[in-house]
Order: sequence, then C-alpha cells, then structure tokens
Amino acid sequence: MTNPLRGQVIRLYKTLLYLGRDYPQGFTFFRERLKTAFMKNKDVTDPEKIKKLLARGDFVIKEIEALYFLRKYRAMKKRYYDPENPQP
Amino acid sequence: MSSRVLVGVKRVIDYAVKIRVKPDRSGVVTDGVKHSMNPFCEIAVEEAVKLREKKLIKEVVVVSCGPQQVMETIRTALAMGADRGIHVEVTGKEYETLGPLQVSKIMAALAKKEEAKLVILGKQAIDDDCNQTGQMTAALLDWPQGTFASEVTIDGDKIKIVREIDGGLETIQINMPAVVTADLRLNTPRYATLPNIMKAKKKKIANVKPADLGVDLTSRIETVSVDDPPQRLAGVKVETVDDLVAKLKEAGNI
Repeated sequence: MTNPLRGQVIRLYKTLLYLGRDYPQGFTFFRERLKTAFMKNKDVTDPEKIKKLLARGDFVIKEIEALYFLRKYRAMKKRYYDPENPQP
Repeated sequence: MSSRVLVGVKRVIDYAVKIRVKPDRSGVVTDGVKHSMNPFCEIAVEEAVKLREKKLIKEVVVVSCGPQQVMETIRTALAMGADRGIHVEVTGKEYETLGPLQVSKIMAALAKKEEAKLVILGKQAIDDDCNQTGQMTAALLDWPQGTFASEVTIDGDKIKIVREIDGGLETIQINMPAVVTADLRLNTPRYATLPNIMKAKKKKIANVKPADLGVDLTSRIETVSVDDPPQRLAGVKVETVDDLVAKLKEAGNI
C-alpha cells in the first residue's frame, strides 16, 4: 500500500456498501451501481483528481443519509400525524 | 454536571417492511424479517447525545430488553454516540409477552441503579404503538414526565419541554429527575455509518438479567388474535357528475 489514498478509497467503498443495505431499490441494485461507478474511475492516478472523487463520494454519502432520513420521516409523519390538522 | 441519561431503545421490525400476519393468527412474521431500531428511539438517542455534546449531561447509557439480537440495536445506539450500553436479557416466552409494563419496571429499576437524572424514550414503538412505557416509567419512579417532546431545554435543575399536542404546542417546565418521550420533530437523528460502528465496538455493553433488578416479568395481557386490517375496496371511476350522483344515491350515501 504505497498510496494512502488507496486506503481512503477502499474505506469510502466499504462505507457506501454498508449504507446501501437499506437502499429502497434493493441492495443488489445498489452494489452493482456502486461497483460500476468505482470501476469507471479505476485508472485515475492524479492525486488531485482522486481527492475530488473522494469528496464526491462523501457528498453521495450525505445524499443517501438525507434520502433515508426523509423517507423515514415522511413515513412516520404519514402514519402517525393527522393530515387534516398539520402541525405548525 | 455529573448527570447521567438513560435512553431506552427497542428493536422492532423495520418501518419499510411489509408486515405479514402469521397463518395461525397469533402474531406477525418476525423470522428472517429485517429489524432495526424504532424510529422514535433513534430520535431519543440523538437527543441524549446532543445534550452530552452541549455538556449539559455527562454520560449517555442506552438500554434495550430482549434476546441476543438486541445487541445489534444497542451497538447502533453506541455508534450514534452513546457511551455505554446495558442489555437486559429477556428471551423466549417472556420476550413474546414483554410489554410496556414490564419494560417500564426494568427502566425504573435501572434509572435508580444508575442514578440517572433523565430518562429519554421514544414516544411509542412502531410495532405495538402502545405509547405507554414513558408514562409508566415516570409513574413507577414518581418523577415528572414531558411526553411528545418536540423541544427539550435543560436549565439548571429544571427542564423546559415543548410538547406536541392536539391543536398545537404546549410548553411545560418540570424538575429533574424526569422522564421525556421523544416525538418526531425533536431532532434529526444521525446515521450510524460504518466508521462510527467500528469505533463503537470498543464501548462496553453490560449484560443484566431482569431477576437481578428484582423485576417480575409476568404479563397481565394475553394476545387473543392478530388479523390483517380489512381490505380496502377498489374505487369505481365515473364519467360525469350525474353518474357520480347516481352511484352515490345507489350506495345510499345521499
């Protein structure tokens, strides 16, 4: 492991994989897309570009977390709160 | 502040799973079904961790009752930021009949044992929808309660709670020690990502038996049957307003 960025990339992949278990369209769907997305950039060697891609990966993590939260919030709101008397 | 917060979490069937009733109508299918932490319990954990981050309380202890599998739920809470966990081991028949009364007895005993200043619970579990555990715990401890909390502010020895009630918001002030139950809009729970889960592996989870706490788990409730909700009848499409009126007259609605 000469390149420390390699470790970061692998950690990003593992984090995204873990996150994908709850993906609404299914884990297999998510895993395939994740692998394709990472494989597309496998020949990138410029550290600056890699750092940019890592940042994009972190952004995707935040997006997925937001997706999960909104899904859950909306489901709970729909089930437990009266639509006729919406809370302020 | 040397205060400790006790947070109760429950392992329930994941909110997104389609529930199936068992053929013998004794309950719902739980084997092989995805389970996760009750959404309101997540909000409770988040609030406790936030209070610690604001340095208003010192330690967050998360508790869950059930078989080995609830350890996973406790670990998720630890990954969200709780300091240590307590696994109250309840298995088999006792776990099947475990309800708010038993859990509140356990929570009350633990709150006394751990000298907690605050107990935070989710307002209700999405599987049984009892909405009783927080209230019962407060009653057993003879502590004030702030239920359906959508905002919690600690001010010295008092807590100001904004409660979500029918028709609006109610602000109350209660003394510590107290029990608070979390409502949906209290906060936005953080996600327990893999790095946090790895870090949480070092945190301790103590194993306790209900007998050690002197709690009697016999249930006063017997589930008679569990049925699917009635099927919704299909809607009927009509072409004109006259058709609609005719159909409504037919059905006897006007």
